[in-house]
Amino acid sequence: MLTLDINGKKFETDAEPDTPLLWVLRDHLGMTGSKYGCGKALCGACTVHVDGAATRSCVLPVSAAATMKITTIEAVGNSTVGKAVQDAWIAENVPQCGYCQSGQVMSATALLTTNKKPPDADIDAAMSGNICRCATYVRIRSAIKRAASALA
Amino acid sequence: MSTAENHASRRDVLKAAAALTVAFWLPRGAGATQQGAEGAAGSALEPNAFVRIGADDTVTVLAKHLEMGQGVYTGLATIVAEELDADWKNVRVDGAPADAKRYNNLAFGPMQGTGGSSSISNSYDQLRKAGATARALLVTAAAQRWKVPAADVTVTSGIVEHKPSGKRAQFGELVADAAKLPVPADVKLKDPATFKLIGKDAARVDSRDKSSGTAMFTQDIHLPGMLTAAVIHAPLYGANVKSFDATKAKAIKGVKSVVAFETPVRSGVAVLAADFWTAKKAAELVSVEWDDSAAFKRSSPELFAEYRELAKQPGASARQVGDVAKAFGSAARTIEATYEFPFLAHASMEPLNCVVRVAAQDCEVWNGEQFQTVDQAAIAKLLGLPPASVKLNQLYAGGSFGRRANPHSDYLLEAVAIAKAAGVSEPVKMVWTREVDMRAGFYRPMYVHTLKAGLDQDGKLVAWQHRIVGQSILAGTAFGGPGLDTSSVEGASTLPYDIPNLSVELHTTKLAVPIQWWRSVGSTHTAFSTECFLDEIARATKQDPYAMRRALLSDEHTRHKAVLELVANKSGWTQPRGKDEVWGLALHESFNTVVGQVVQLRRMANGFKLEKVICAVDCGLAVNPNIVAMQMESGIGYGLAAALSGAITLKDGRIEQGNFDDYSVLRMNQMPAIDVHILPSTNKPTGVGEPGTPVIAPALANALAAASGNSIRTLPLAGQGITFV
Repeated sequence: MLTLDINGKKFETDAEPDTPLLWVLRDHLGMTGSKYGCGKALCGACTVHVDGAATRSCVLPVSAAATMKITTIEAVGNSTVGKAVQDAWIAENVPQCGYCQSGQVMSATALLTTNKKPPDADIDAAMSGNICRCATYVRIRSAIKRAASALA
Repeated sequence: MSTAENHASRRDVLKAAAALTVAFWLPRGAGATQQGAEGAAGSALEPNAFVRIGADDTVTVLAKHLEMGQGVYTGLATIVAEELDADWKNVRVDGAPADAKRYNNLAFGPMQGTGGSSSISNSYDQLRKAGATARALLVTAAAQRWKVPAADVTVTSGIVEHKPSGKRAQFGELVADAAKLPVPADVKLKDPATFKLIGKDAARVDSRDKSSGTAMFTQDIHLPGMLTAAVIHAPLYGANVKSFDATKAKAIKGVKSVVAFETPVRSGVAVLAADFWTAKKAAELVSVEWDDSAAFKRSSPELFAEYRELAKQPGASARQVGDVAKAFGSAARTIEATYEFPFLAHASMEPLNCVVRVAAQDCEVWNGEQFQTVDQAAIAKLLGLPPASVKLNQLYAGGSFGRRANPHSDYLLEAVAIAKAAGVSEPVKMVWTREVDMRAGFYRPMYVHTLKAGLDQDGKLVAWQHRIVGQSILAGTAFGGPGLDTSSVEGASTLPYDIPNLSVELHTTKLAVPIQWWRSVGSTHTAFSTECFLDEIARATKQDPYAMRRALLSDEHTRHKAVLELVANKSGWTQPRGKDEVWGLALHESFNTVVGQVVQLRRMANGFKLEKVICAVDCGLAVNPNIVAMQMESGIGYGLAAALSGAITLKDGRIEQGNFDDYSVLRMNQMPAIDVHILPSTNKPTGVGEPGTPVIAPALANALAAASGNSIRTLPLAGQGITFV
């Protein structure tokens, strides 16, 4: 039995230790906001924060996450930055199909937490690991800038 | 906004659905009764199949079309809310049930489904009337209650009012009375000049849920007792399961069963377990022996070689104008080019999946449903049930780009076949991995095009011959016919340019590789070959690509002309530009919408920078201009991904790609800035989901060719020595 610290609460899971955190969140704990897209850390749909850093949960064995503080899309809005990012996402009408957007919001929140006013090159660097097949990138860029302004 | 609450109630409804085995979509009322929030069931006003107004003022629009990112829930609701004069804050949207009688796509005939960029255009009149009918009932109810003439009752943003007396009511206060009134057969629609929502940028109804991880996709469905199935498909198309050994897989804790399945599309093996990771791990331990005696074992290079040979022969005529042979005989000069296009995967973000509950007397499905009538009939046939016993619960789809409208219902039947083979009464969620999804076929077909132009002594275009070689998307489906496959030639046979002698020909090939429509269908290749070839002619005759197109557009193509001029003006095409600024232009109509794009590249020391795309569109009246712009941006991004690096290739029948490492798609750092300009129009709306897609590749290729003088004739660009920075 592993104990996980997710969104400030303790959760116990009997998942096999090699199970990726993503599937523990989704199938064992019922937190389905983090998405499966590739299973190989190629698309970013599964992005969560592990000790504050944007992390692809589809390749992180749950056993490796047991000692860390995990934040998911379900609670990222509790932080000032996460709330500003989500508000900006809504204001810019960013999501289309929406499947990748949990991961996009998590990556953007991690970026703005450490980089208050990221120039385009920094946005590209932080966000290029998150694929959006609807190509909402133009609006993601605008939303990140909007959130940065709101937080300034 | 009520969308967050809306979601909570969706979830509760879902739980209720699982427990009571009632339809997911139905119990708005049932959910309300449980929650006591919307009053007793039956107090709502439901004057037609598309709108329901609750005692709590909530206006629920039932969307007959799938929301897969294109913004259709918002667009459909906007049309209803406009004629209803609803308060946009109180409007929410539910997916309609499967019912071809009430919810058929008027562009498809007696069939419910989403596709062909037809959702808004086919619904426009229908939903205006639906909204206006509901409004008329509320007005009549108010007039009767207040004993005033109905003509003196106004409705503004959810408030019904009799101004002379100062009486006013919210929608919810009137629904009980309004529900008792006879539904009027004819209602007066608004003068479009008075529109308050249509044409203004209503906020998307799904932004909040999709920004907070609470929007429900098929992947997110959890039902009591549900099993998850991971699948193993044959590595070759047409191979079948001969035998399998599941000893090791069954030893994994949590594995419920391992079964072979068969559908009209494919056979395979499925592992059912309590959760996905267990099922996937166990599936990797199953050893399958395949019978590949009849399987497809060919490779992409030999297929292209075969297609090139075919293109040398005359094909079936798709369009004939004048006398092409005679015109070439007297032409002063001819130009020829061959264009090649690979298979493309849809690669939506949500790998395909489906939840089914199969029982003796009925079947229930949870899915992002794009083809309700087709899927319902196919599942009913597989199970020997009447179609009405197959219940489809509509969910958001994590993309589709055509893939979920599968004429063979391939992934739905697979989920049903697995549940049936396993003999389980519990719900089964079939989840494809990215690799299974990418290798399962149903690609945009590969094509070879040859084009030949004849010019007279003045360089005037007098003859045009266009031959297309490729599989027919429609053949072998309910949508195919005995005649020539129009989906292979659309965009080529409909060339808008005025050329006196023109011939468009088709060779339809047959391969065992499953194929399907892919965002903008035939235009994905015809826009490229026609618009790039036109630029080849322009370069050969030293004409400006814009001036040449404009001169070739006849008077009957006023929309093309207007779009071409708009994109030229907005981009500053005719203004002088720096020597490092290289631009390309393309113009194409698909799904009754005309799109023109200018790609602006900057030549840098180490490659090209794709700085900006200027896009002009005539889509008739724009119900939501912001969503039109989103769809142009999205289409450009999707088309750009394919142009830069999209290719599915076969080696001895095996698909060589499997995930986003070997099937590259567009990322943030590759996305250009995009300016969208919508041509003002009072015509009825036309499609926007697809038409932005096919124009970007030729516009980009024309810019690159303008820079180097070398024509781009093969897609993707990857591997052709072009560097983007």
